[in-house]
Amino acid sequence: MLKIEGLTAEVEGKLILRGIDLDLPPGEVHAIMGPNGAGKSTLAYLLAGREDYAVTGGTVRFAGQDLLALAPEARAAAGLFLAFQHPVELPGVGNALFLRTALNAIRRARGEDELDAMQFLKLVRERMRSLAMPEDMLKRSANVGFSGGEKKRNEVLQMALMRPKLAILDETDSGLDIDALRIVAEGVNALRGPDFSALVITHHQRLLDYLVPDRVHVLIGGRIVQSGGPELARKLEAEGYGFLQAAA
Amino acid sequence: MSKLTPGGAEALLRRYEGLSSRLPGARLPWLASLRAAAAAAFRAQGLPSRRAEAWRYTDLRPIAEVEFAEPLLSVTAALPLPAQRLPRRAIFVDGRFREGLSELGDDAVALGSLAADLPAAEGRLGRLARPEEHPLAALNTALFEDGLTVTVPAGIDAGGLELSHFVLAAERPLACHPRHLIRLEAGARLLLLESAQGDVATRYLHNPVFEIEIAEGASLVHVRLSQEGEAGFQLGTIYARIEAGGTYDNFTLNAGGRLVRNEIHAVLAGPEAACHMNGAQLLRDGQHADTTTVLDHAAPDCRSRQTYKTVLSGRSRGVFQGRIHVHQLAQRTDGYQMNQALLLSPEAEIDSKPQLEIYADDVKCSHGATVGALDADQLFYLRARGIPEPAARTMLIDAFLQDVVDTIAEGPARDAVATAIADWWRGQA
Repeated sequence: MLKIEGLTAEVEGKLILRGIDLDLPPGEVHAIMGPNGAGKSTLAYLLAGREDYAVTGGTVRFAGQDLLALAPEARAAAGLFLAFQHPVELPGVGNALFLRTALNAIRRARGEDELDAMQFLKLVRERMRSLAMPEDMLKRSANVGFSGGEKKRNEVLQMALMRPKLAILDETDSGLDIDALRIVAEGVNALRGPDFSALVITHHQRLLDYLVPDRVHVLIGGRIVQSGGPELARKLEAEGYGFLQAAA
Repeated sequence: MSKLTPGGAEALLRRYEGLSSRLPGARLPWLASLRAAAAAAFRAQGLPSRRAEAWRYTDLRPIAEVEFAEPLLSVTAALPLPAQRLPRRAIFVDGRFREGLSELGDDAVALGSLAADLPAAEGRLGRLARPEEHPLAALNTALFEDGLTVTVPAGIDAGGLELSHFVLAAERPLACHPRHLIRLEAGARLLLLESAQGDVATRYLHNPVFEIEIAEGASLVHVRLSQEGEAGFQLGTIYARIEAGGTYDNFTLNAGGRLVRNEIHAVLAGPEAACHMNGAQLLRDGQHADTTTVLDHAAPDCRSRQTYKTVLSGRSRGVFQGRIHVHQLAQRTDGYQMNQALLLSPEAEIDSKPQLEIYADDVKCSHGATVGALDADQLFYLRARGIPEPAARTMLIDAFLQDVVDTIAEGPARDAVATAIADWWRGQA
């Protein structure tokens, strides 16, 4: 699904990613853990197409395409979804309009019929119920005045509507209480299947109790320094990154 | 006053000299002397140059260079009439009322062509306009041929009226100076939806003057869609006087024309009167649009609100000048003015000049201005959701305009503005 080889990138002349190799097969959920400043969010934004980063080497293949050659909207159309660590507020853009425009853009790109307002409302209400989201969140401007938890749920709602092939969750667990965490994890688990992969970026083991990964990678200093099964996450939670930082 | 003196301004006056005996109402002594005084005022002032403080940011040389002719009397071309949105509609072509195309209704509301009954306008025409201070109001007074007169009797809600002005294709540049007189008697109400459109290839000057009288407790909602043709100039001047407890709501959309000025002089003349002046300017290529407001708080306990938003692309230029004058006796004035611009191109320019002159001591009056580009984080967020960049930009610009469009409470007028904005987007694509 996603194959990263030798990826290096810099921001304003500073090398942030120093050679990332990662193979995420279809149907698997991988976690990326690591201390602050390791390059986790840079990797997430870079994969989604943010232009602030200069790729200086390496390749990224996604679903058979050269991902780095695509515009952000083309990456989304190809099935990549980034759940933002800090979802952006859009004053004046109603959440319902935002969600419908985004969903229909994806549907159009896939050659599917666009949903009209009624069809969309039926679908979105159903998905919101399963995420325990109040319906008035449709009427407000997207993410404006939403609590931290509401913003994250709104991200998961978008993911549930768009049904991506690859979801990248950038610290989706930060700022969530335990109930919200469970709801978010269930939202992702509901999408799990042979054609869905996820890259879960997190600081903490907590989310991984509900969203059990197939592999865990540890990113330190712009490199993946160790990979392992779910037990690696528990070891990190118990011991911290110290033993790996020494090795890096 | 500094003036431009090229051929165009002289030609505008020569027209007066040639036409004065044939202009409507030429035999009415009061009107003939009004016109003569206005022509003299224009001769003395000329078309204002940028050395005049009120015209510092708007250069009228492109207008001064043109030799305008009067519109032809017989117009046969078909009008691109849009669907009628409100129960009444008055249609003007090249500055003249077209009765056959209009739908005025048949009730207590007095509505019709100014030229058709000029004697009735005595004492009313010229009551508010200040030709001696304003060259374009002077030019309009000297040369107007027609206009709309509306009188809504006391206590009557006249509902909605459209005032649609068209300039048709012409071989020679033409100038028209309609004069519109709107009067709402005590407690009367009216929604006036005004639109101005013109043939895209024709150079013309549309120079309307409004004199608007709002009596005690009356309420006028005046929504203006300025969608002039690409080569058209509009220099519009509104004089409004609002008596005690009356309300004047003006919303102006500038989304067309090569050079457009929307100038409003409003006087809050009685206690607890209110004035809302809002608008949006959508500019591209080399367009120039200027919103200039002069608001007099001349009585206590009045309230005013102004919000103007400008979107600029290409090499366009936008101007906002807003002066609020709070007279000494205007205690407990509540005034607010906001001007925001969104620059979509590095070549675009916005000039903003708020001016508060406060002579009363118990006053709440503030203003603000912002200038910015589209937010890169917002744009990326939308694109990361699969929304192509042009559509994402459109969404964010619409969002920028949303709150000012939402100040229009009347559904049909708000829809008309939204449609005009959508039309502008189609032209942009």
